[in-house]
Amino acid sequence: MDATFFMNVISAGLLTGLVYGLMALGLSVIFGVMRVVNFAHGDMMVVAMYAAFLLYTKLGIEPVPALPLVAGGLFVVGYLLQRFLINHFLGVTEHIQFLLLLSVAMIITNVVLMVFGPDARNIQLDASFESYSLGPLVLDKVRVIAAFTAGGVAALLWAFFRYTTTGTAIRACADNPVGARVVGLNVEKLYAITFGIGTACVGAAGCLLLLLVDVHPHLSSDYTLLGFIIVILGGLGSLGGALLGGILVGLSEALSGVLIAPSLKSMFSFGLLILILLLRPQGILGKKP
Amino acid sequence: MSALLQDRRAVLLLGLLAILALAPLAAGDYMLSILITVLLQAYLGMSWNVMMGFAGQFSLGHALYVGLGAYAGGALFVHYGTPPWIGAFAGMAVSAAAGAVIGTLGFRFKVMGVYFALLTIAFAEFTRVLFDHWGWVGASSGLFLPPAPNNSPDNLWLLRGSTTMFYYVILGMTAGAFWFCRALLMRRIGYYWQAIREDQDAADALGIDVFRNKMIAVLISASMTSLGGMFLAFFNNNLYPESIFSMHRSIELMLGTIIGGIGTLFGPILGAVVLTALGEGLTILGAHIGIDGVKQIAYGICLMLILVLKPGGLWPWLRKLLRLEGDGR
Repeated sequence: MDATFFMNVISAGLLTGLVYGLMALGLSVIFGVMRVVNFAHGDMMVVAMYAAFLLYTKLGIEPVPALPLVAGGLFVVGYLLQRFLINHFLGVTEHIQFLLLLSVAMIITNVVLMVFGPDARNIQLDASFESYSLGPLVLDKVRVIAAFTAGGVAALLWAFFRYTTTGTAIRACADNPVGARVVGLNVEKLYAITFGIGTACVGAAGCLLLLLVDVHPHLSSDYTLLGFIIVILGGLGSLGGALLGGILVGLSEALSGVLIAPSLKSMFSFGLLILILLLRPQGILGKKP
Repeated sequence: MSALLQDRRAVLLLGLLAILALAPLAAGDYMLSILITVLLQAYLGMSWNVMMGFAGQFSLGHALYVGLGAYAGGALFVHYGTPPWIGAFAGMAVSAAAGAVIGTLGFRFKVMGVYFALLTIAFAEFTRVLFDHWGWVGASSGLFLPPAPNNSPDNLWLLRGSTTMFYYVILGMTAGAFWFCRALLMRRIGYYWQAIREDQDAADALGIDVFRNKMIAVLISASMTSLGGMFLAFFNNNLYPESIFSMHRSIELMLGTIIGGIGTLFGPILGAVVLTALGEGLTILGAHIGIDGVKQIAYGICLMLILVLKPGGLWPWLRKLLRLEGDGR
């Protein structure tokens, strides 16, 4: 275990972490605007992974070009879900909302299980076996592609919220829903768009993660929890925080995987979550409520 | 008038208990094992209800206490032959201690609502991975309780015996839990809890010791749940961290209570009946058409329908229908 080996592990963790970050961004956007905790986002992630899997095996479209298709599809799912179901639950007690999304999660996971069966599936691209050498570093080609695409999508999202009218309107809703209504914004529609954007992020992350891991239906609750760990680490509702949290979790998983035991890596993530919840519940980059 | 209503409720309850007590005379082993599932679901639902329904603290990690109780009872029995009722005390003590840690940290650090639920999940998952690597309890390959030799008489003290014996044990536990919950609700602490549940700041302003009363709810709920875990271990004879500590168990454990009615006394029982009937029916149907996951989809749809149509649960609605309105439970 020399320095080069650790450098490689760390860089792989960093790159995977960016994809995790994109997944968590979806959760963070939805919470930041509507204060809804999407307990079904791991399940949507698995749906996206299967969609990318089908697009590749049936139509030969590789995950990166398939990304806009899958993200678009999940946008529609998220939009409709918010419009026709979750919107009716915006004012109710937190735990009822939580349970509602839990019921959505149960339905999605088991429909996926019914359709695809419990076996793990993966795809092999030509690029899967190639790598880049950067001095002493050896980086998997697919990991680099996934990380850079994830970074690109996150940058697009940031630009959307910063520079477009719709993005600005959504931020207005997040800051003050009543005020947004007073100035004539269609809050319901903006909420539905936001939920769609959140699920589209998850869709994009799902496509990219399929390049790195095998997919099976029971991954869904793992990814839901992983998403929570990441956003709480970085700060729920903070976009930069989600990316930072993703990178930290990617690093901690990679390092605990080689230093201790791969099966123990989730214990470290949960330990981290407990510590953050207690010591800094608003997250590393979050603002105090 | 109100005494009469009170009587009607008591008569109904005693009638139900009498039918359940006589059930083994008519029911076969399969039917009894389904009734055991119903009663265990009701028992665990009541335990969860103490914390969520009475005191308003949302726990999504109750599988932790089920697992601790199951492993304490099971491992002590396997290694030292400790009778389960003694092991259950160890399990309850460990679960109460775990509850105390989670409660103290959560309440002192003001981790509330969904964040508190996530904290409870995190502890349960943390413990699951821990038990997956702990050799003394069999790690991930599981812990197996030695079955009783064939045709040996029922041994209540060691909990080795027939389905009928297990049925009466869980019936006794569920009836006891019902009586205990009713007693809790009618005492001062029950009213404190409801005040905290409805408005914690107002309760605090009235001079109620919020932290202490919430802690008591957690400790009671954790210990009750762990006793249910001990029963589960001895009834199933096998324990895997993967299944006993899983988040799915935490979810299934509270589903019955949510469907029946959070915070009500009879809701967990009604919910357990509905949920198990649905689950068993679909398992039989699923075996015919050979599809996995139908049961979970139905549970999900059931939960969604309840939240959309009757967020208070089925029991408050049914109670009105049966004109059993008493003191609002």
